[in-house]
Amino acid sequence: MQTIASQTLIDIHKLNLYYGTFHALKNVTMDIPQKAITAFIGPSGCGKSTLLRTLNRMNDMIPNTRIEGKITIGGADIYSKEVDVETLRKKVGMVFQQPNPFPKSIYDNVAYGPRLHGIRSKQKLDEIVETSLRSAVLWDEVKDYLKRSALSLSGGQQQRLCIARAIAVNPDVLLMDEATSALDPISTLKIEELAQELKDKYTIVMVTHNMHQAARVSNQTVFFLNGEVVEFSDTEKLFSNPRDQRTEDYISGRFG
Amino acid sequence: MVMSMMEVPNSGTVYSSEELGRSLESSSGKTFGRRARLAFYNRTFKIVCIASAVFVCLILFSILFLMGRTGILTFETVSLKTFFFSTDWVPENEQYGAFVFIFGTIALTLLTMLISVPLSLLIAIFLSEMTPAWLKNALRPVLDLLVGIPSVVYGFLGLTILIPMLRSLTGTSLGDGILAAGIVLTIMVLPTISRITDDSIVAVPKKFRDASYALGSTRFQTIVRVVIPAARSGIMYAVILGMARAIGETMAVVMVIGNTPQLADALFKPTSVLTSNIVMQIPNVPFDSTWNYALYMMGFILLLISLIMIIAVRLIQGKGVKQ
Repeated sequence: MQTIASQTLIDIHKLNLYYGTFHALKNVTMDIPQKAITAFIGPSGCGKSTLLRTLNRMNDMIPNTRIEGKITIGGADIYSKEVDVETLRKKVGMVFQQPNPFPKSIYDNVAYGPRLHGIRSKQKLDEIVETSLRSAVLWDEVKDYLKRSALSLSGGQQQRLCIARAIAVNPDVLLMDEATSALDPISTLKIEELAQELKDKYTIVMVTHNMHQAARVSNQTVFFLNGEVVEFSDTEKLFSNPRDQRTEDYISGRFG
Repeated sequence: MVMSMMEVPNSGTVYSSEELGRSLESSSGKTFGRRARLAFYNRTFKIVCIASAVFVCLILFSILFLMGRTGILTFETVSLKTFFFSTDWVPENEQYGAFVFIFGTIALTLLTMLISVPLSLLIAIFLSEMTPAWLKNALRPVLDLLVGIPSVVYGFLGLTILIPMLRSLTGTSLGDGILAAGIVLTIMVLPTISRITDDSIVAVPKKFRDASYALGSTRFQTIVRVVIPAARSGIMYAVILGMARAIGETMAVVMVIGNTPQLADALFKPTSVLTSNIVMQIPNVPFDSTWNYALYMMGFILLLISLIMIIAVRLIQGKGVKQ
């Protein structure tokens, strides 16, 4: 792990997670760098989504989950009592596998987060909605239909709207949980380009079942197997010259 | 002969294609007979279905027609203005002003909704979002059972428990009136509204909640800003269903409202509504009298109100599907 380019933002240390008696994450330790794209790859059920959801504590809502170890973001232990989960989630945004805009207007979807955190001024909200939609490269497509239901958008547009909604609360980290797996190839490409643009401002952690996607967009790649980190290195290195035999087997398509 | 018939199944010989075709034809029966039979069944079935549908419509329209036809006779002797806007209901004196009852029905329904809707919403939210699973499993069947309790039982409890309680609490001499009726009706419609609301809240997809939590909202914010709006059409449906029940309810209301034709301008004044007035007076009226006709007219008005509500429910359901 000598390859980490920039400063570490998220530090995961000896993390173990259990769903009841099932040991889902085993002794995971890694440093996720700031303002870069880190991709988690691995076969289904290897724990990559679980790890992602520990970063904004969405796992808290699953009963019988037990966590050991430590995760710090920017030096703050996110599982300590001093950090409240709402503030954490404001700083660590998430985009889900299925596009999940609210059944509200496009405007209200993007304004949801800012309103939640106390912004009332119409002018301020308009501004946030516009910049967020611009950042998500959706503004030109929807600027005349902001009052229209978000559900009238196509799947790819909905997913970009969800990204706009996530960045409207001005997070530092953006978690993408297989955000393109429900989309067609063209929409997928747009989201990938978007991720490339966003990494200058945000630390992006993405889970993908698509190795080519990881190879195309990420700076660092982590390969998981059965809840363990098998290999973590620069994307280029991991795909061209894997250190571990299991990584090589996986990326050459021998299993998974 | 016997041998040759036995041969086919036993030997398991493979049919030639011609033989297979012949056997298919011969075992299907006579071509014409079969087709004619099928056509006959299909046609008969279709006719029976259409006839049933027509029959149901016919019943609805004949009810409307019969009530309306008799009711309209009221206006031979009473003017529209008097019937709808006069507060004097003295049939012995040929005064047929139904305003008291129409107003009473509307006021009672509004009062009932005013108490029951917020309460039901709270019950439903509590039930669907905050209750542990074991309590849910206990509470839902209880509410379902409450829906089925006959209204006369509610009226009875209102009469024997609620009214004495209201008397001692407020110091009024009677206790009967629109408030007592409103409370009894609230207890009646509460299970209906809260269970349907509960179902529609549960039906809100988890992905909306996830999205809301992931943006840093608390549980309360998620419920108020995402879940309730998403369940809006179901909640509207529940409210209208409860309202329809409250408007049409007769027995429980008769027992606690006081049955006096005076305007319900106070919470504890004995009054009367459309349903209670009809049921109290219909046994005593001469058949061919304006009094009788006026009671029919009041029934007709009730019918129209409930039809409008049912149509509203349909429209709302249609909207819900589109969403």
